[in-house]
Amino acid sequence: MHKKECVAMLLAGGQGSRLGILTQKLAKPAVPFGGKYRIIDFPLSNCNNSGIDTVGVLTQYKPFALNSYIGLGSAWDLDRMNGGVFILPPFVKEQGGEWYKGTADAICQNINFIDQFNPETVLILSGDHIYKMDYSLMLEFHQRKKADATIAVIEVPWDETSRFGIMNTDKEQRVIEFEEKPREAKSNLASMGIYIFSWSVLRKYLLEDEPNVDSSHDFGHDIIPKMLAEDRNLMAYPFKGYWKDVGTIESYWQANMDLLGEQPELNLYDSKWRIYSANPPRPPHYASATAKVKNSVIGEGCLILGEVENSIVFRDAYVGQGAKVKNSIIMPQVHIEDNVVIDKAILGRNTVVKQGAVVAGKNVMGQQEIVVLDADMIIPPHATVEESISCSPAEDDFCKREES
Amino acid sequence: MIDLMGIINLNEADEYLGELSRSRSIASIPFAGRYRLIDFVLSNMVNSEISNVGIFIQHKYRSLVDHLRSGKDWDLARKRDGLFVLPPAYTKTPMQMHRGDVENLYSNLDYLYQSRQKYVVIAGANIVSNLDYREVLDFHKNTGAEITALYTKANCSTHDCLRANTLELGPEGQVLEVREFRDSGGYQNMSMDMFIMEKELLIDLVKNCINNGDYDFVKHCIIKNVNKLKVYGFHHQGYVARINSLQSYFQHSMELLSPHIWKELFFKSGLIYTKVKDEPPAKYINETEVTNSLIASGCYVEGKVENSILFRGVKVHKGAYIKNSVIMQKGNIGPGVILENVICDKDVHITANKQLKGEFTYPLVIKKGRVI
Repeated sequence: MHKKECVAMLLAGGQGSRLGILTQKLAKPAVPFGGKYRIIDFPLSNCNNSGIDTVGVLTQYKPFALNSYIGLGSAWDLDRMNGGVFILPPFVKEQGGEWYKGTADAICQNINFIDQFNPETVLILSGDHIYKMDYSLMLEFHQRKKADATIAVIEVPWDETSRFGIMNTDKEQRVIEFEEKPREAKSNLASMGIYIFSWSVLRKYLLEDEPNVDSSHDFGHDIIPKMLAEDRNLMAYPFKGYWKDVGTIESYWQANMDLLGEQPELNLYDSKWRIYSANPPRPPHYASATAKVKNSVIGEGCLILGEVENSIVFRDAYVGQGAKVKNSIIMPQVHIEDNVVIDKAILGRNTVVKQGAVVAGKNVMGQQEIVVLDADMIIPPHATVEESISCSPAEDDFCKREES
Repeated sequence: MIDLMGIINLNEADEYLGELSRSRSIASIPFAGRYRLIDFVLSNMVNSEISNVGIFIQHKYRSLVDHLRSGKDWDLARKRDGLFVLPPAYTKTPMQMHRGDVENLYSNLDYLYQSRQKYVVIAGANIVSNLDYREVLDFHKNTGAEITALYTKANCSTHDCLRANTLELGPEGQVLEVREFRDSGGYQNMSMDMFIMEKELLIDLVKNCINNGDYDFVKHCIIKNVNKLKVYGFHHQGYVARINSLQSYFQHSMELLSPHIWKELFFKSGLIYTKVKDEPPAKYINETEVTNSLIASGCYVEGKVENSILFRGVKVHKGAYIKNSVIMQKGNIGPGVILENVICDKDVHITANKQLKGEFTYPLVIKKGRVI
């Protein structure tokens, strides 16, 4: 194997349980986003655009959709002769096998994988965030500061600091204190969950942490605090730009809506920093003479006869005549029949809403809730749906497989 | 595994498409919002399980080679078989007069010898359809024909049949005569200039042609031999767009705005593949008005678009009004611009408040890369 300057390790094994129905059948990084993408497209495209060509993807929770999506990595130009993308599930060793017990443990179990590239640095990424970032600038910063570890940080609003891991730094951007979800924050620099470690240093800490039964084997909880305690050179790399955690239904919905409008903070139309993705062959979408589409993103192969407003519509969706789709996320192959009303909803892949049905969230204390419908459902004609429905357990009347 | 190989023979006369074919072959003319004409015949072959495709190219092939590259986007980058791009292999000097496509087939006979399939389908790129060659091969075997010629029935009073060949058929469907279309109107059996035959027969036809000093594949290899060989016609019933003039290009583009044609052409017997561009989905803002139009990925539409086709990455600024027009890739239509019956080739930039108008029967074509 050729020596690599930097190897990226992408933590893609989390369940993402706060995304509920959306992650019932697939891992969070495989959740569709923005009318075309999946969440993992963002870190993988960032890697390619930053010149990082060796990426290990650590998978654990329901990996089938994710594995087949990643494939050889050709969608992100990561099908390389030296390097490329590697899917790394937990595996059995001489003393038996174990699940990944935490973020640090996942890396620790793959020390041999990283060693074969003999890298200077390891970049730790997660599959939870929507952002465009040039990791090569952070790497340069890490090298310039001769850091043992560099943590990417972003300024968050002061009233939200209690939701994040907060880094307190000195004038030279050196991290002097790390506080997980502090009640009274001293700084508003939140960790983005993106780390660069010098591999020789991280390797040592991982091996020390591994036998410790009291450790949760987590970067934020265990590795970073221990490095701080031992006075290692930890630097905070300030990132400016759009960055959104899509860990909950609300933040996922909001991040999609953030793409709308005339000057969205996250520009997907920049040809110098493309977000790559699988490109299923579909024709341009068709908007008929009766169609009214406003402030929306529409994927390929859609057939739009009705009204679409403030919405994200993925490929191959059908919106019938007189139908009104508002403030919603419509996943691939959803079929919305005539005169249906959809308001503030997330419709799962391949779901059918029969004519005249209404899918709209209830107003709770002046705030409309988000309705999430699972994939492969059939909503009967003229039904009213106000609450999220999932297809498992399979007793539900709305599931396609029950009908067939 | 199907025992059929594909040959795409690019020998279409390109002088009738004017500006659109000035610097590219007919095969690489952009069509339907994101494709090039060759994508249709090539995808049909791939969807018919053909895994060995030879593309015989003649001239102006820079954009075509750039489009096809390894053939990966059509799943034709293979270890066994795959895509073969075959330019003329000159036997004497590169400056010798090139008279026709048979010479190109002849100079690449080695490719045919080395291919392991028994049957071959040979087609051009200017006929847009979605069809399954497996059905045609079954028909070919069942009739015991030596050559099967595909044809459609077209109403030549309303469609452009010029420069196409018509078939005269016997009661059993055998082809009695092939001749160039004469302006007689009404429904005619129009040849699609697609043929299935055994590879050995194709090699014989090509060799005989060369021995006789002939050079045009359809005229000399097929038409001249119609009475000597058992030739049957296969009636393709689906939608066909014959692109043989600027007017027919424009007319067939506009036909795509009818959803049943859109569905048939893009989904019926298989999907149409093309070079991948990684464009984001199309975007509309509050002022956008789009009706009866095809909008490709990467488009950013702020203005009004009516009965039109926008290719990938087109930007339409506020107050612009595009009517009955085709805007190819990366077109930039400035604020307040009004376009009607216009075809903008790739990378055209129309600056603010310009008004350009053609006629439906004579669309105005703006040259690639022009700034107006």
